[in-house]
Amino acid sequence: MYVAVKGGEQAIDNAHKLLAEARRGDPAVAELTISQISQQLGIAVDRVMTEGSLYDRDLAALAIKQARGDIIEAVFLLRAYRTTLPRLGVALPIDTAAMTIERRISATFKDLPGGQILGPTFDYTHRLLDFALVVGGEVPVGPLPVTMADPEAVPRVTDILGAEGLLEAETADDDQPVGDITREPLAFPADRDVRLQCLARGDEGFLLALGYSTQRGFGKTHPFAGEIRMGTVAVEIVPEELGFAIDIGDITVTECQMVNQFKGSKNRPPQFTRGYGLAFGHSERKAMTMALVDRALRTKELGGEVTAPAQDEEFVLSHCDAVAASGFVEHLKLPHYVDFQGELGTVRALRRSCQNAAQEDGAKTEDGDV
Amino acid sequence: MSDILGGYNFAYLDEQTKRMIRRAILKAVAVPGYQVPFAGREMPLPYGWGTGGIQVTASVISADDVLKVIDQGADDTTNAVSIRRFFAKTAGVRTTTKTAEATLIQTRHRIPERRLTEGQIIVYQVPNPEPLRWMEPRESETRKMHALLEYGAMHVKLYEDIVHFGRIATSYDYPVRVNGRYIMAPSPIPKFDNPKMDGMPALQLFGAGREKRIYAVPPYTRVESLDFEDYPFEVQRWDQSCALCGATDSYLDEVITDDRGGRMFVCSDTDHCSERRAASDEAEGDGIRRPVEEEAAE
Repeated sequence: MYVAVKGGEQAIDNAHKLLAEARRGDPAVAELTISQISQQLGIAVDRVMTEGSLYDRDLAALAIKQARGDIIEAVFLLRAYRTTLPRLGVALPIDTAAMTIERRISATFKDLPGGQILGPTFDYTHRLLDFALVVGGEVPVGPLPVTMADPEAVPRVTDILGAEGLLEAETADDDQPVGDITREPLAFPADRDVRLQCLARGDEGFLLALGYSTQRGFGKTHPFAGEIRMGTVAVEIVPEELGFAIDIGDITVTECQMVNQFKGSKNRPPQFTRGYGLAFGHSERKAMTMALVDRALRTKELGGEVTAPAQDEEFVLSHCDAVAASGFVEHLKLPHYVDFQGELGTVRALRRSCQNAAQEDGAKTEDGDV
Repeated sequence: MSDILGGYNFAYLDEQTKRMIRRAILKAVAVPGYQVPFAGREMPLPYGWGTGGIQVTASVISADDVLKVIDQGADDTTNAVSIRRFFAKTAGVRTTTKTAEATLIQTRHRIPERRLTEGQIIVYQVPNPEPLRWMEPRESETRKMHALLEYGAMHVKLYEDIVHFGRIATSYDYPVRVNGRYIMAPSPIPKFDNPKMDGMPALQLFGAGREKRIYAVPPYTRVESLDFEDYPFEVQRWDQSCALCGATDSYLDEVITDDRGGRMFVCSDTDHCSERRAASDEAEGDGIRRPVEEEAAE
């Protein structure tokens, strides 16, 4: 008889049991630990922290474990946790010029103060599967070259360019309140602070495709990777009762400053403009693509005409969030039979009137097609 | 209740957030049909799965409320079960499957068949709060259109339906005008349910979590489904009656029974159906009440 909608509770319980079992896999194989994930799947952890907008390696690693490696699901878990946290204070803006550098490259100058520091990068590796890792490859032993550079000796490329006036100045207006997309609904047109927050939380794959599209002619921005730097920066807060800044810890971030050619407009002389990307951890692809899209979204501000998807802020900002997007796409799994019943009725009625009209016209009607 | 989830506030959301949402609800009630932006939170359930409705429910629920949650008219559909459990766990409130018993009803895609009464609140889960979205994808534009009462595009769309198909081809999420002013998306309820919204004694609240909008229809407010004088609004009708309870006046779901075209029609509103069956069992005098729906309260 009619059982389609019965048994929901039991089915959910059973599904969750199966999920727990599937997550664990073969019990004969050792279970992953949180520290293994945070140490050895570091880039996945960085991505989950970035898109989850919560800097906590252990929680991100836990989310990855619980999500069975599904990164978007892990971001969702971390966000849902983050939203319950009290806000104890607001940090001062981090100073990436004072970064303890692990990696720093510029594509615009062959050499520059502080030099080019490759750091731990996939770049220039040959993508050959390393079968030595199957049995547990040992890292090359011996002293590693020290790459930590003195921050003062590594000025930002954008500061070097800016000194000559070739690059648009970017000065913080600290009197302006900073938006918070987790506490205020997004409204359009959006200011750059809000846009950058959306991009920072935005899905890496979506932004990658959009950034790529600007390189293929859909909203060209003439970008140069002015500088990419990765390393640790201090986070400081000013507790009200103290009145001065104290260092509460270090975080690792990746920053990308794109330098984009700009021919000038009525109000601006020709100069280079900026696209900015910042992400937690070692998230270079994300920072680069964020910078590309940031610059594309400045098209209107710089007097250009918005023609390409990457330049359209409603399109980009309304759709870049993977948690919102996956939730809504996957909600199609939920029952829709009430609406579908309505559509069935409509389509049947439309087909009937179509057939009646055809019969009246004396035209040949298809047989058996009800 | 002892098994309320520890470490979280009553009904999950913190009181500041609830206050922010209640302010949005008050504004929504004051301006019927107007979409109030609110700072929607990330919920532990996915966007598109009722996060807007859940936030509204969490903000208005109190310990003595009796909650009913339905999806497609049924209390036992998986997502309804999941949301009901969420509130049983985070607020410890009593839950019910009976429309008459509930003080608060969260719904997806249906309005119960039984007429709701004063003092009840019905919370709709809304995927797309903007009725003009399919004509104009830009939020910045649609907000202007609402402000300027620029609803021509909607009427043209309905008119084009008539020209193409000889009828208005929208069968759910059928646009309504609230209190003679705002055009509003009733959420994807079948148009069969639209007339129930008109002059409803209960308070109707709408939550769209992903889109961060709340809107409302206060009790006894005029809600008209858009139509034309020569093409008046009509609701769905069936040639069949419910195969279980014999109802001829309820919204029916089609259930496929075999792979040779066999099908039956049953009430989409499971409480309505089981109540009718219980009543007819009693009338037949066998004295045995056969509860078809088990109590969801645990």
